[in-house]
Amino acid sequence: MLKLDGISKVYKVGTFGGKQLHAVSDVSFTVGAGEVLSLIGESGSGKSTIGKMILRLISINAGTISFDGVDIATLKGNALKEYYRKVQGVFQDPFSCYNTIFKADRIFRIVKDEFYPAVPDPNWTGRVRWALQAVGLNPDQVLHKFPHQLSGGQLQRLLIARALLLDIRFLVADEIISMLDASTRIDVLNLLADLKARGLSILFITHDLSLAHYISERSVILYRGRVAEMGATESIFERPLHPYTQMLMASVPRLDKKWADGKVELQANPAERTGGCVYYGRCPAASADLGCDSHTPGLIEAERDHFVACFRYVAE
Amino acid sequence: MSLQVENLRVHYQTLRGAVKALDGATFSIADGEIMGLAGESGCGKTTLGHSLILLNSCMRYVEGRVELDGIELPIWDTSRMNAFRFKEVSIIPQYAMNAMNPTRKIGRMTSELLESRKVSFNATLPELKRRLDLVKLSHDVLNMYPIELSGGMKQRMVMVLSTLLNPSLLIADEITSALDVSSQKAVAEMLVEFRDRVFVNSMIVITHDISILYQIADSILIMYAGKLAEKASTDVIIHAPRHPYTRLLISSLPKVGVTYTEKRLSGIPGSPPLLLDPPTGCRFRERCPVAFEKCLEAPPFLEVEKGHHVACWRES
Repeated sequence: MLKLDGISKVYKVGTFGGKQLHAVSDVSFTVGAGEVLSLIGESGSGKSTIGKMILRLISINAGTISFDGVDIATLKGNALKEYYRKVQGVFQDPFSCYNTIFKADRIFRIVKDEFYPAVPDPNWTGRVRWALQAVGLNPDQVLHKFPHQLSGGQLQRLLIARALLLDIRFLVADEIISMLDASTRIDVLNLLADLKARGLSILFITHDLSLAHYISERSVILYRGRVAEMGATESIFERPLHPYTQMLMASVPRLDKKWADGKVELQANPAERTGGCVYYGRCPAASADLGCDSHTPGLIEAERDHFVACFRYVAE
Repeated sequence: MSLQVENLRVHYQTLRGAVKALDGATFSIADGEIMGLAGESGCGKTTLGHSLILLNSCMRYVEGRVELDGIELPIWDTSRMNAFRFKEVSIIPQYAMNAMNPTRKIGRMTSELLESRKVSFNATLPELKRRLDLVKLSHDVLNMYPIELSGGMKQRMVMVLSTLLNPSLLIADEITSALDVSSQKAVAEMLVEFRDRVFVNSMIVITHDISILYQIADSILIMYAGKLAEKASTDVIIHAPRHPYTRLLISSLPKVGVTYTEKRLSGIPGSPPLLLDPPTGCRFRERCPVAFEKCLEAPPFLEVEKGHHVACWRES
């Protein structure tokens, strides 16, 4: 349904844009209908940039994103509006997404004025109530309230309800859980799972591996703008192949297992390299013999539906 | 007993009345103990941490006694507390990234900080350099401005600064929350190392991430709505909690290896009470699945087993 084909994004940084920052390089993946795909990565790995490119909030430097076979970069005017009817995003911080002087019903009103001016008011009210109930909120309790009177979990669910009002088929969920408390975050996650069962596709952007495992069938691990590993969530979590994924899996704080004593990873920001594998500076298994320092590894299908970008798996 | 807190109550003064953010806390921390302090946002965990070192202008000390190594801390008296701050009680603040003075080089800032405590910078320098080596920071950082350091480096620098005078009690407030998984592990393990090397005698680690506490803490104290709910050793809290809130909280955490199709987790319905006018009796009553008539009275925080305190009528 949604297809990313070799997309790249280069930000110009520094004085007069003299330097280039490769936020995303050559990322390709597809998301099918009713599928949840997790995009996992640390800060600065380009995961939010990909989400914003899908929502057309920023431009793409190379590659194409197509939705139902149509290149979204070509959309204009009404076609773009149609696209936004189907594809919506929910972001990390629910507190800053609202106009603080609008009550919740007025926020939904804006959606009507923009997308459904022809729908009569009573029908619209019914739809709003249906959408709120679908996300587990009581319409009478939230509709007449200002954003500051609602909790983070409620605001986050209101945002999802707003997306549901449209004929939404694809949701970009960018770290939507991380601002919520432990006792409410699982409810929002279950809500996403229910929506998925009704045929909604979700791009679930997160840095939390246990949440990704809980909800998604397929995962993409990003490192510095490149795909390190992707495939079925099960096989990535059980048999991580890329050294970076292995390091990530070993550092996740778990409730069932204590951290093994291992080498503590401290090099957070190795200097950006021009050639070779992006993970070369931190990789414990890197060797010049394999060409890690001079060539960029491509994605290899190491086993069925499990791709890894590492030279160690070329020979196998 | 390194730290002993008895019936500590700290409220926030607002125009609409007192917000009872910390309402009667009684606990103790042994020498060399790392105590984790966990709870939802707004449960008073940061208030408890801050009240042991610095009451800000809207916090009002109501009653209670805090004893550190046999000496009573005058926490209600801002100027008398100066003798203890940094030397006896120290804090790594929540936003350690922004904790350093941006207009000073780090070395100069450190020397100003030490001189304010009448400690010679040159005499401390060798120790400072040893500790920088320990956290794998180069000595050059002393000639840098904070802006030149990455987030993880700043966090480590602040950790070194906070513990430079070997305080008896260190309060670490949400220090891993803003970090990536791999640096999170490094920082958390460093806290343990600081304790093992007796840079600090005992520690309170405040976080909402219980899985981090499971990795590093000796005991965990769970707070709910300004009251202590349960305190026990880490393994007991995770594997055999007795307070209904702790049980629900632990069971709502997704673990690596759990998917929603196999095992659907549920959150805790409802939301915490407003602390401006908290309900009488047990504050968890409204959300508690096992509440009964007795819960209209506030449950005492009692020791049900050795080292296991619970505030619940069902358990006492």
